Formats: sequence, structure tokens, C-alpha cells
Amino acid sequence: MASLDIQGVTKCFGATQVLHGIDLAVQDGEMVVIVGASGCGKSTLLRIVAGLETPTSGAVLIEGQDVTPLEPADRDIAMVFQTYALYPHMSVFDNMAYGLKIRRLPKAEIAARVQEAAELLSIGHLLERKPRQLSGGQRQRVAMGRAIVRHPKLFLFDEPLSNLDARLRVQMRAEIRRLQKRLAVTSLFVTHDQVEAMTLGDRLVVMHEGRAAQVGTPMEVWSRPADTYVASFIGSPAMNLLPASLAEGGAAARLADGTVWRFADGARPGGEGREVIVGIRPEHLVPNGAEGLALAVELAEPLGSETVVHGRLADGTALTARVPGAVVADSLRVAPEAAALHVFDAATGRRLDPA
Amino acid sequence: MQKKVIFRGVALPVALLLPQLVITGIFFFWPAGQAIWSSFLREDAFGLSREFVWFENFADILTDPNYLAVAWNTAIFSAAVAVLAMGVALFLAVQADKAIRGATAYKTLLIWPYAVAPAVAAVLWLFLFHPQIGLFGRALNAAGIAWDYKINGGQAMTLVIIAAAWKQVSYNFIFFLAGLQSIPRNVLEAAAIDGARPTRRFWTIVFPLISPTTFFLLVVNLVYAFFDTFGIIHALTQGGPGLATTTLIYRVYVDGVQNLNFGSSAAQSVILMALVIAMTAVQFRFIERKVHY
Amino acid sequence: MAGTEALAAATRRRQRRGRALAYAALTIGVLVFAFPIWMTLVGSTHDVGTLGRGDVPLWFGPHGAENYATAWTTGGAGTRNTFVVPASTMLLNSALMAALIAVGKIAISLLSAYAVVFFAFPGRMLAFWLIFITLMLPVEVRIIPTFEVMVDLRLTNTMAGLTVPLMASATATLLFRQFFLTIPDEYVEAAKMDGAGPVRFFRDVALPLSVTNIAALFVILFIYGWNQYLWPLLMVNDRTLETIVVGLTKMIGTGDSQNEWNTIMATAMMALLPPVLVVVLMQRWFIKGLTETEK
Repeated sequence: MASLDIQGVTKCFGATQVLHGIDLAVQDGEMVVIVGASGCGKSTLLRIVAGLETPTSGAVLIEGQDVTPLEPADRDIAMVFQTYALYPHMSVFDNMAYGLKIRRLPKAEIAARVQEAAELLSIGHLLERKPRQLSGGQRQRVAMGRAIVRHPKLFLFDEPLSNLDARLRVQMRAEIRRLQKRLAVTSLFVTHDQVEAMTLGDRLVVMHEGRAAQVGTPMEVWSRPADTYVASFIGSPAMNLLPASLAEGGAAARLADGTVWRFADGARPGGEGREVIVGIRPEHLVPNGAEGLALAVELAEPLGSETVVHGRLADGTALTARVPGAVVADSLRVAPEAAALHVFDAATGRRLDPA
Repeated sequence: MQKKVIFRGVALPVALLLPQLVITGIFFFWPAGQAIWSSFLREDAFGLSREFVWFENFADILTDPNYLAVAWNTAIFSAAVAVLAMGVALFLAVQADKAIRGATAYKTLLIWPYAVAPAVAAVLWLFLFHPQIGLFGRALNAAGIAWDYKINGGQAMTLVIIAAAWKQVSYNFIFFLAGLQSIPRNVLEAAAIDGARPTRRFWTIVFPLISPTTFFLLVVNLVYAFFDTFGIIHALTQGGPGLATTTLIYRVYVDGVQNLNFGSSAAQSVILMALVIAMTAVQFRFIERKVHY
Repeated sequence: MAGTEALAAATRRRQRRGRALAYAALTIGVLVFAFPIWMTLVGSTHDVGTLGRGDVPLWFGPHGAENYATAWTTGGAGTRNTFVVPASTMLLNSALMAALIAVGKIAISLLSAYAVVFFAFPGRMLAFWLIFITLMLPVEVRIIPTFEVMVDLRLTNTMAGLTVPLMASATATLLFRQFFLTIPDEYVEAAKMDGAGPVRFFRDVALPLSVTNIAALFVILFIYGWNQYLWPLLMVNDRTLETIVVGLTKMIGTGDSQNEWNTIMATAMMALLPPVLVVVLMQRWFIKGLTETEK
């Protein structure tokens, strides 16, 4: 158990820079999820922490100690790989025990640790099997077990759930969270799945094009996205982003068709006419009879208790709403909850908060 | 070419490579260099001095009617061995591919000649075609055909071709059978539904699809006939009668080991090296193409 | 409907005929291929007189045991132009040579392939190409200068001289390189996490994973070693080091009909049996080895 500090880490592969200076401090026992689309640099960052890649500049500190020049083996960390990377010729027991044998732990100690981890993961009955005799979920558990037996300072997860089917993924997600809480090991978890990120992390790092677009708790990231990228990446279905300009001295936004949405939380800086992007999550568009925007329904996806409606405004702008119950009409009128409007600068995409 | 994830260090990998590099250095590159160097030298009649003669050794060889006859022998021999060994193998492989039951048993019964040394193969055929003690040799003589491969060059050539091809069929058979079995069944089924009869299916679908295998085997068989048949010729005919079964390789041996004509032998070695390099290049261009598909 | 019926019957007949033909062709093929060995086996059970007269028998005679015993213990009496070595000595030499070549080639190639694939160091590509080029330098094309090197190193007439120069192998190195490239990067990363260095990774992961490749290669290389001809012919004139393949042809000499053909045939059987047994008993590895080394 330890803290992890990532300080100004950059990474270039030849001429391409994949990380543009990442700073992150992970508290003792915290689970931080790094989430982003593929190619955003999240795996590279994890591999730098693991010691499998060397940063071009910057440093990685574990428990305040600079481990940047150290080999993975000397960092006292464990990693769960996307493909599990179980040695195919070794039994489950040997796979889990391998790192301990190399560290020359006494036989009894190794057996005890493997047994303990196996029970924790309910794979005690599989210890004699070879990896190919296991199901995907079982292999996943063995990969976890291999990390757990080491009692490392740090757990690193590299998209460990992406090879599982949907049902198992949800189940393992919960299990990983439970285990991590119970063992209270500082963890870094990489995923491209925003639901996984939201449910697993104490905090999220949303990465975009080699930068940390936002670092915060899942609720912070969801309720106050730092820019349009985070806004559209976190939350499903994605937030609607509509071009608009400030009106009423900054206290409201005027959409392209002239509709004015008033902000509940105060005026944005920049004054009348400033080009902005207004964001509203589909679940914050409420159907109302008269004064809402007219939405021509193109596709209604019933989810049972609610329906996701994809439609277009009169001027052709696409808009998605999530409304209670079933939708049968060809069109409906929706209006935003004023408190749930997000405002971003049109040029930079950064969030604009009330002055 | 290489892994993305690697270990650090220089001393260890160099140490790991050392045995291989030392052996190749001492027993491959040094002698090959020597061969090239001596191909430009000529020894006087008493072996006392060596003189640098540029390409004279090569010129002598390439204008020597005997050498050209040997080259021609080699061409005939190699072509005959390749065609015979591949033809028989393809025929048997097609039959084995058809045979539903017992295909594995037939496979086992056909692949073992691969394990027989070329020289031993020669001995087995010698027992059969020996003019006095061989079953076939005697039968041919009894039938009024004067069979003696020790006197008749054409007969000697026929015998070494048969012995060489006999041994190589099993190799070709394995590859042809693998090639045939890797043709997707539904391609053949599609052809059948298109109305192609079995014979037509073979020549229009199967044969083109195994053409990479055929080409690969052609190169392998030629290399085999060139280099690996030394034992057959040495054991059966010693290159004779006359030069009737002397191939390029056998000639290098005769000139170098028996006649001690180092300059000429070295020049012949260099010519052979060029041949091997050409064949290897062809083979690898082909493999590369296969990788791209 | 009757027309379809007839067509179906004709098709079935044709298919049956086709299959019967296939079996017939295969059986004839098998017999043709086995015939030379059958004749040798039968010949090895008759006495020297029968064979020398040319009375070629098609069935076993009563002298099998004594012929094999003679071949095994003395190699026969020899004639004025042949020398004899007991087959037991020659078999031992052949087995030793084949095993040393196979094991040596595999060990050396495994190590070089491991170095080339799992490390980055200056000269890596050069080393790879140096090994690769040896493909183009078979013994046959550099006989004389190689022989001179052997003389200079005093390696002629030694088991080391017989085997060590044949241990370098581009083919085996390429095969293992190919195989190592298929080992997922994650195994190496996982091993690094587990604290394994290159030596441990080789011993605990790379080597155990290569076992089937090693077995397949061993079969091919054992046969390759056993069947060596030109090399031992040049390298050895001390007849206590004679291999059975070379020894056999020396027994025949110029093929004089006065030879002790019965002993020679028994020796021939002993020369071909070990590699044939290896192929037949290890057929699976053999085919794997054959098809993979050639790709």
C-alpha cells in the first residue's frame, strides 16, 4: 500500500508524442481509473508506471520514492493484463506462485498466500488446472490472483475486463471493486469503457490526445465536465452539444433557431453574443406540452421504463432525449432543466462557469 | 522482426550467439572465403608455388567440354528426378486425399523412405538392378536386354534417377497431401455445384490452388537433386561409366579429393555457390510473396 | 423420376469405382515403395552362395540369424578390395553422431534465436544475417577448403570433427526465431512483473513452450545426422569411427558379385532401420518438423 505520484510525464515514440505532460497524485488505497478512447495514451501511461516503458521526461514516484529508473521487478507492483498473460504451460498454482518463487519466498509461505488468494477469488478448486482448461472468467480470476499473492504496493489493471462477455464483465467489475476496497491496495485501472470507469473509480482521469482532460470523482466529471470532449465521452447516451451565443448579458443562451435557454446558476462572462456551445444531457431534456423545442422523432429506442429518442430540431440539428415511459408520437416537445445546462467556449471547448 | 518488449543487456545476447557465430565463422565463412580466393589461384605441377591467375580457372572450366557435359548431366538428372518424384507424389497424394478410410495408415506406409539415407537407397536399388545378383537386372538380361549399368551410361543414369526419386517421393507426398487437405471443402463443393466433374475440378480448381506447394517443391527437389544425391551417385556408379552420371557436385569432389586440382575445384565450388544463392533467392522471393497473400 | 434414379445409381457406382481405384493405386504405391526393402530383408536371410549365384529368392531363407550375427560382430570376412568393420561399432558411431548433431544444432539455434528475438543490441541484424547466409553455403560447395580447416585444427578422425561443424543451423535458428516471435509480448511483461530476468524467462517460459518444436526438430535433425555421407566420407579414415551409411557403401566397393552380399544386406537393414523407426514412431513430430522447417 502506497501513494503514487506521476509528475510531468511525457512520452515520444520517434517523432510522435503520445503523452504531453501528465500529472497525477494517487492517494494510499485509492482506485483511480484512466479512461479514454483508444490511442489517447492511457495504456502508455500505465506501462510507464509499470516500468515497461521509460518516459521521455518526468518521473514516477511510489511512496515518495522515485522509481523511474527501476525495472518492473524492483517497483513492487503487480499488473493484470488485458490478455491475462497466463503462462500456458504452468498450472494455476504455478502461475500464481511464479513471482513469489522468483522472490525466493519459503515454500510454505507461497502455498499459504496462493491458497488465501484462491479462496478470496473462489478458484481454490482450479489450482491444478492449466490455463487452457479454464473459462474466460476463471482466467481473469487467476490473473487477479497472480497480482494479489504478491501483496504489492500497487495494482495496475490494463483493460482486464475487455475480453469478457457483457454479463461476466458486470459481475467481475463489482468483484474487482469489492476486492480492491477490502485489500485497500492503491490501484490504477485503464479502460475505454466509461461505464466501467464511473462504477469502479474513486476518481477518474479522462484522457484525450495525450493529455489529462479532467481529473475528478465520477460525479464531478459527470456533473461538471471540464470540456466538450469529457462532456461527450462521459455519460450515455452522450450529452447533446448545441452551438449558441450568449444572450441577456450572459444569463442565457440563444440557439441557432432563436430559442433562448436561461441559465439557473448565473451569467457567463464574455457578454452578449459570445459564441458558446451549450450542453444538455438527454436525461435532462423533459417533455413538456407547449413551449419546448419541437423534436421530429427519427428513432425511438424503448428501454422499458424510459425511451431514448433520437430526433432533429426544425433547423436539422440532431438531438437526443431520454424520456420516461414509451414514445409513440412522431414528434414531441422537450425543454431543458435549466439547472442542468453546461456552457462551453466555442473556440477552446473549455467549460464556462458563472463569473 | 523483433519483439516490442525485450530484455536489456549486450553481454548476454552476444554470449548466447557466440557458439553459432564461432562455428559459422570457422567452418562456413572461412572455407567459403578460401574457396573464392583459391579459385583465382593456380598451383604448379609440383604443388610448390601458387600463382594468381584471375579468372583463368573459370575460363578453363567453362570451356572444358567435359565440364559442360557434366553440367548437362546435372540438368537432365535434376529435371528427371524432380518431375518423377513430384509426379508420383502428386498422384499418390490425390489418391490418399480421396481415400476416406485408412488415409493415415497409407501415409505412414509412404513417408518412411524419407528416412533412408541416399547412399542406403542406392544400395537397395543396387540389390535389385545388379546385373548378376539383382532380381530385375537378371530378368532384364534374361529378356534379352543387355542390362549392365556399369557399362551402359544411359542405364546408369536411369538407375540413379530412380533411386534418387524413390527417396524423395515421400517428402513431396507429405507436402502435396497437406496442400490438398488445406483446400477448403466448400470451394470444391462450389465447383461441384457449378457442374465441374472430378477430373475437371482437379485441373481447374485443385491444381491451381496447390501451385504454391508445387513451386516450392520444385525448388526443393532441384536443390535435393543437385546436392543431396552425392551419396547415391558415389555408392551406385561413382559417376561412371565415364562421365555418364557425374554431376556438378560429384565433379567438385573428384577434382578436389581425387585429382587434387584445388584451383579448378575451388572455381567449381564458387560456381555452385552462385547457383545455391540464386535458388535460395528464388525460394525466398516466393515465400515472401506467400506471406503477403 | 426413373431417370434420376438411374443417374443416382450411376453416380454411386462411379464414386465407388473411384474410391476403389484410389485404394488400389495407394496399395500398389506402398508395395512399389516397400519392394526394395523387402528384397533386401529377404536377401539378408540367405547364404552368400545363393545370392552370389543370382538365385534371387522372394521369400525368407534360413540364414537370417547367422548373417545378422556376422554383420553385427565382425562385418564379414571382407574381400581383397573391401575392409570390414563390425556393424555394432558403426551403429554406435552413427547413433552418437546423429544424436550429437541433433542436440548440438537445437541447443545452439535455441540460444541464438533467443538472443536475436528478445534483445536489442548493436550488431543484432548483422549476426542474424551471418547465420542466415549459411543457408547458402552447404557443405558440398565448400568441401575442400573446409577439409583443409579440419586438417589445420587436427579435427579429422575425431567425433568432434564429425559433428561440431554441422551444428550451425540457419534453418533451426529461423524456426525458433519464428516461434519466439509468436510468444505474446504480455508473457515477457508478466515475467518482468514477476521479477524474472532473461535467463529465468528462457528457462521457465521460452524453453518449456518450445518443447514440441524441439521434439519435431529433433526427429528431422536426427535423420539428417544419421544420413550424413560426404562429410564422414571425407573426415574419417580411421575405421573405428566409421558410420554405418558410409561403411555400408565401402563394403560394396565396386559392386563385385563376389561380395558377401548376405552380410551386406543385413548391414543395410541395420543402417536404415533406426531412422525409419524414428520417422514411423514419431510421425506426428516428424511431419510437424518437416513442414515447419521448410516454411
